[in-house]
Amino acid sequence: MKDHALRAPLRAINWNRLEDEKDLEVWNRLTVNFWLPEKVPLSNDVQSWATLRPAERELTIRVFTGLTLLDTVQNTIGAPSMMPDALTPHEEAVLSNISFMEAVHARSYSSIFSTLCLTKEVDEAFRWAEENPHLQAKARTIVEKYAAGADPLKRKIASVFLESFLFYSGFYLPMYWSSRAKLTNTADLIRLIIRDEAVHGYYIGYKYQRGLEKLGAEKQQELKDFAFSLIFDLYEIESRYTAELYDGIGLTEDVKAFLHYNANKALQNLGYEALFPPAACEVNPAILAALSPDSENHDFFSGSGSSYVIGKAVATEDEDWNF
Amino acid sequence: MAGGGDLVYFSSASGNTARFAARLGLRALRVPISPKDTMPAPARPYVLICPTFADGEGRGAVPKQVIHFLNDPDRRAGLRGVIATGNRNFGATYALAGRVISDKCNVPVLYRFELAGTDLDISRVLAGLNKFWGTECLTMA
Repeated sequence: MKDHALRAPLRAINWNRLEDEKDLEVWNRLTVNFWLPEKVPLSNDVQSWATLRPAERELTIRVFTGLTLLDTVQNTIGAPSMMPDALTPHEEAVLSNISFMEAVHARSYSSIFSTLCLTKEVDEAFRWAEENPHLQAKARTIVEKYAAGADPLKRKIASVFLESFLFYSGFYLPMYWSSRAKLTNTADLIRLIIRDEAVHGYYIGYKYQRGLEKLGAEKQQELKDFAFSLIFDLYEIESRYTAELYDGIGLTEDVKAFLHYNANKALQNLGYEALFPPAACEVNPAILAALSPDSENHDFFSGSGSSYVIGKAVATEDEDWNF
Repeated sequence: MAGGGDLVYFSSASGNTARFAARLGLRALRVPISPKDTMPAPARPYVLICPTFADGEGRGAVPKQVIHFLNDPDRRAGLRGVIATGNRNFGATYALAGRVISDKCNVPVLYRFELAGTDLDISRVLAGLNKFWGTECLTMA
């Protein structure tokens, strides 16, 4: 086996011979969306930062430090651990992009800190992150699933849960501040991260489904049971993490609705049905509006039904439409 | 929506929109992923369910396959409304395909939902389509 591997030719990647069109589609999307934190004028938030109370500042720094930890895990452990499992060479290339963008995300939080915060406050938060049992438990639970010798599809499940679920107890806060016209430039940066994570969760979930369809019914059921059991365990940890962070400003229940909503979306990325019922997923409309600002809000079925608004002219690919 | 109209949808290999269409339990025609496969030819007016694939600037929102489908004047003539899917995490471009098709074809965006939709989305779309085709019949009469 090893001998064979040594004698097999090393193969160059050929993007003109695709085995899976999705690889190129996602590669193009990720590369077009590439960004760096320097693009966002974070210093415009300095005055807004000064209006936050000390406890609100501490909370914000802690939340961002927790997010940095998850990005670090995904950059250095998660994405690289999935590369040997890739079904196509193009998938490996996409994973290398995902890995690098996670490093950009982790780096961005440090840009926010150096722009807005005192070194002492930030150092304290990094100590807190190492000592907080809930944050450590969630990161450790995921890292265990990435370990050498782990089932490649279980790795993908863990990765989708990290990208599409575990970040959201943190992403809630900048969306909340933004809905109150605070730290709006920081929120712009976080939206860029959220956009990337959505592509990552979608793509890895898609690859999971491609792997799953090759297996027999029994193995498929085992993986589904694994996924639901894992999200349940992670939800337990997230609930405690959320309460510890947000009880002080009375937002825990609001954050939890957001967690339920995102857990369901993470499961959808894997091709599974929702876990939490609609009543548990009624996310604060201000948070939803902060997530997708300027996106047309009127539609025929959920409005009064009396009217609809045709949006402003948007970028269409006119060369493709021939009418 | 008996006697009303058809549903046409596109779903990429990720299958989110296909799963939603299957759960609706209505007759639905699929625009194929591969250009080698035959396009559906809806015999009655129809509502289109279309996912969004926009980049950060909003480019490429409507899948090529759907554009090809709508480029045909006979097929386009039957379009009455669009239901757009997407992910709020894409911010301002959430479900943008609906707005692009609405502007291009002058039909209303009927509804928007995320990924494969929730039970609430299913019941809203079923009720909405019922009402919509009712309204359409009155308008046509």
